[in-house]
Amino acid sequence: MRTSLRIGGGAGFAGDRLDAPLYLAERGALDYLVLECLAERTIALAQLRRRRDPMGGYDTRLAARIETLLPILKSRRIKLISNCGAASPLAAADAIVAVARRLRIPVKVAAVTGDDVLAALDLDEPTMERGDAISTYAPIISANAYLGAEALLPALASGADIVVTGRVADPSLFVAPLMHEYGWSPHDVDRLARGTAVGHLLECAGQLCGGYFADPGRKDIPDMAHLGFPFADVDSDGNATLGKVAGTGGRITRATATEQLLYEVTDPYGYVTPDVTADFSSVTLTETAPDRVEVRGARGRARPSKLKVSVGYLAGFVGEGEIGYAGTNAIARAQLAAQILRERLAGRYSELRIDLVGSTSLHGRAFDSNERPYEVRLRVAARARTPEEAAIVGDEVEALYTNGPAGGGGTRKYVTEQIGIVSTLLDRARVSTKVTECEWGAHAEVV
Amino acid sequence: MPKLYDVAHCRAGDKGNTSILSLIAYRQEDYALLVERVTVAAVAEHLSGIVQGDIRRFELPQLAALQFVCEHSLNGGVTTSLALDAHGKSLSFALLELEI
Repeated sequence: MRTSLRIGGGAGFAGDRLDAPLYLAERGALDYLVLECLAERTIALAQLRRRRDPMGGYDTRLAARIETLLPILKSRRIKLISNCGAASPLAAADAIVAVARRLRIPVKVAAVTGDDVLAALDLDEPTMERGDAISTYAPIISANAYLGAEALLPALASGADIVVTGRVADPSLFVAPLMHEYGWSPHDVDRLARGTAVGHLLECAGQLCGGYFADPGRKDIPDMAHLGFPFADVDSDGNATLGKVAGTGGRITRATATEQLLYEVTDPYGYVTPDVTADFSSVTLTETAPDRVEVRGARGRARPSKLKVSVGYLAGFVGEGEIGYAGTNAIARAQLAAQILRERLAGRYSELRIDLVGSTSLHGRAFDSNERPYEVRLRVAARARTPEEAAIVGDEVEALYTNGPAGGGGTRKYVTEQIGIVSTLLDRARVSTKVTECEWGAHAEVV
Repeated sequence: MPKLYDVAHCRAGDKGNTSILSLIAYRQEDYALLVERVTVAAVAEHLSGIVQGDIRRFELPQLAALQFVCEHSLNGGVTTSLALDAHGKSLSFALLELEI
């Protein structure tokens, strides 16, 4: 059996950089590369694309990612695991095979399905957010259960080069290869908790290496334009050392690792995934060398009996408009514009919000001494039922050119369809997963 | 008056309508100061108008960190908020403005 496994984190979200995972695969001596590509809303948006095109519904940059990575993955024998299948893991597997055929590189892909539970969803079940019935949020467009690492094990056992999934809990994408390679039992809670800590540290890729961390003069991070993506060397007990490829930008320290370990964790004493309930309070992070941090000590308790399901619904449209003001009295002129817009728009929309960017847009007020900015940008947003109704917001801002305060410039207007997400719980027994293999070998082309 | 910014760093995360603020002391010896000064009441007052719900504070001495889980803090939730920063990603720097 192996004594150490190196797993890389090659994407923290669907829009993440494409060059960083390539560099990591080329120079990182990886065994596995994981691409985490699904934020809360990504899968609901993908479901909408799939409705328009039955062969769509997966990560829109999938082909670009595979084209860049496949040659190096094959030559270095690195296995790829990704949830970039989004709403259509099967279509994603076909798309990967199509890229492989074009590149004439043999590939075996395993697609994991079963997370789509829309058909099994009981609309009378309560949401986790408000306790009201799911049916309150109709029209519902997607319902995806967070699968655990176990769902990926048959795919890994099939010997696939690439495992593509839909919704899987982010850390589980990393726990799966550890269970597969080390034969961890689904009840080995301490090892699963340590693996989960490692997965959680890697799942946002650059965020472990100084991304979303840097603060010039206080928390300096070198060469962020070429931020290296991270890997972890994990032993058979789940103890790990975090690192990144020499020569890349960024930095891994106890501080960057602590921020990422706690990131989005609603209970650090009980971080719940489909695999385990992990206690991160006992974790120790120790710098052992430059850009090397040792992770130990997570403890586990039993996994939950139910799976979390993320439900997507159509939440109408948002119309937005922006206009800028500068120089002496800029804020007063922006406030006058706000007053005009409020008078003209407030009666029309259920929810209207006006911000002054440069002053109040992020926190509603300033938390430090109120130094006047040289320029300020008014931004208005309203929720509407139709795109036409939403468009009026931007039109009204544009009309301020000739009807509003002096010196207004640089208007922009947007209409966006809103996808809302609520969560609910579903018994594990009602979720059954499946693995489908497809492959292309050079010999297949002889025909 | 020193600010939290001088002794600690912070990262904001989100789950639905909940904002999660991780506050980490630069030096282990300042952790006790955070525990003493950055109470739930102090954070609730400092972020009033932003945090609309309950705040839970987790003490993590091994990591020299406090974790604040703030409910009803993201204008209804990331996916449907009209706010420019729907995730509340910049809230970490609002917390660090707290005078201690």
